[in-house]
Amino acid sequence: MTSDKIIHAATASLGDVPERTPVGIARRIASRQEFWITLAVFAMGLIVSIITPHFATYTNLSNVLQNFCYIGILAIGMTPILITGGIDISVGAIMGLCGVALGLLLQADWPLWAGLPATLLLGVALGAINGGFIAYLRLPPFLVTLGMLSVARSMALIVSSGRVVYSFGQSEKAIFALGGGKTFGVPNVVYAMIASALVLHFLLTMTRWGRYVSAIGGNQRAARLTGIPVRPIKVSVYMFGGLMAAITSVFLVGWLGSVTNALGQGDELRVIAGTVIGGASLAGGYGTAYGAVIGSLLIEELRNALLLAGVNPFWQGTFIGGFIILAIILQKIQVTEEED
Amino acid sequence: MGEAEGGSLIRLENISKAFGAIQALTHISVGIDRGEVVGLMGDNGAGKSTLVKILAGNYRPTEGSYFIENRPVSFANPAEARSSGIEVVYQDLALCNNLTAAANVFLGREIMRRVGVFRVLDHAGMAVRAGALFRELQSETRPRDLVNRMSGGQRQAVAIARTRLAEAKLILMDEPTAAISVRQVAQVLALIRRLKDQGHSVILISHRMPDVFTTCDRVIVLRRGRKVADKPVASSSPEEVTGLITGAIDYGE
Repeated sequence: MTSDKIIHAATASLGDVPERTPVGIARRIASRQEFWITLAVFAMGLIVSIITPHFATYTNLSNVLQNFCYIGILAIGMTPILITGGIDISVGAIMGLCGVALGLLLQADWPLWAGLPATLLLGVALGAINGGFIAYLRLPPFLVTLGMLSVARSMALIVSSGRVVYSFGQSEKAIFALGGGKTFGVPNVVYAMIASALVLHFLLTMTRWGRYVSAIGGNQRAARLTGIPVRPIKVSVYMFGGLMAAITSVFLVGWLGSVTNALGQGDELRVIAGTVIGGASLAGGYGTAYGAVIGSLLIEELRNALLLAGVNPFWQGTFIGGFIILAIILQKIQVTEEED
Repeated sequence: MGEAEGGSLIRLENISKAFGAIQALTHISVGIDRGEVVGLMGDNGAGKSTLVKILAGNYRPTEGSYFIENRPVSFANPAEARSSGIEVVYQDLALCNNLTAAANVFLGREIMRRVGVFRVLDHAGMAVRAGALFRELQSETRPRDLVNRMSGGQRQAVAIARTRLAEAKLILMDEPTAAISVRQVAQVLALIRRLKDQGHSVILISHRMPDVFTTCDRVIVLRRGRKVADKPVASSSPEEVTGLITGAIDYGE
């Protein structure tokens, strides 16, 4: 009897207030970074449309929409990697190499239905190599992907002999239509991004794989002790990232109409920025599909806003860097609040 | 001191374990019955961890036999031991802070449901079942709460609910009350008593004399890899056990 009283008194807390009230739900949403970034996207849009009339035009907005999709898809691929506590700074280089490979295959007159799967396979394979070194040899993700970054960039130079690919054989029309075309007035890449986001959201919230990815990020040792196959799952997140990079390369090549071996250079930083701003934790354990999308959107909107406002493009890096730091501070504040 | 008493559930006979030149355990015989709570005490290096790891399947004994319900067993890894009903609650609880209580309870054993062609996580089902487990343990832990917001006692409830889910025969607990507050210690000991009421056997590694004497039926003391005492708590005393641990007393009668 006495011990029961102790339990009740000891665990009575504010947290016992039911969470299902409207206030409770509102409080939970407001505590999420994704919510604040969504607000920021709208706020920034509002402010910029006041400053310049060129922002809220159909042309400009659809440009922003299209441009952010490439980083968005890459960010979707990066998210499970971050959740497991890893990172992949080679994602831009993988995308570049896949783009070069696709260009060369099509130039060699491969049909699209063969070239596409080959490209996707390449992305998955490169991701698997990253994952293998990280999960099985237990090497630090940053360093492994740094190595892959270097190797992939060099491979792109080698296979393309440093030349630009601009003719795509029999599949030229097809690839341009796929990557640069629209369906029902919306650029195809937008559909790809939405589909990828939905797939990731489903995987993360409804499958065992998604739960195990989160568990590995939260406490890898605990995950292993409960019998979760930690190493294969870690390899799979890098394969997922590689696949997303390959998908992005397909749409980007189709849209650009030509492939240089510099494709994707520097994108890795924008991708990481997008995922972090969207709420993913670099320490692992947290990340959402929606966050990847909204964070990437914010960055692209910021770039667009700066351009329209006439700000010297050289300042872009400073603004984006500032936003990243702001987002991390926001995350830190939230974490500290939770610990209290 | 070589005979095992009782041991209808778990029996170790003449277990020895050597790591190269180091003899960690020598001729240990232990018997555990259903619903017994046994305290395992001894100084650092006495062999408590090694004994528990052998029971849990992390190590194979160098010599000796291991019986579960009178069947001889030999485990290659902890997963095999788990499937035979041996569960471990680690000192740091091995919980994922970023997941909910229900998610942690079901980690590795998720309940799935069908949606069309897909098999998806049954969040509602797991929350309901986890909630029932917590209520059985008389803990106020809420299944949908994140573990990182929980008190030590609530986290213990989550770790212990995992063993209930597994319908464990034997639960090995490594210093469960070591790093938590006084109030939470009472909660944890109550949880252990609840486990006993529900028919589980528990081996409790602990340095804390009061916990062992209030919660355990029996106490086993190891010293330098040998068993120097195995007796009901009622026929011993904290002073005697301390003496056995340090070596002031050679053997407990």
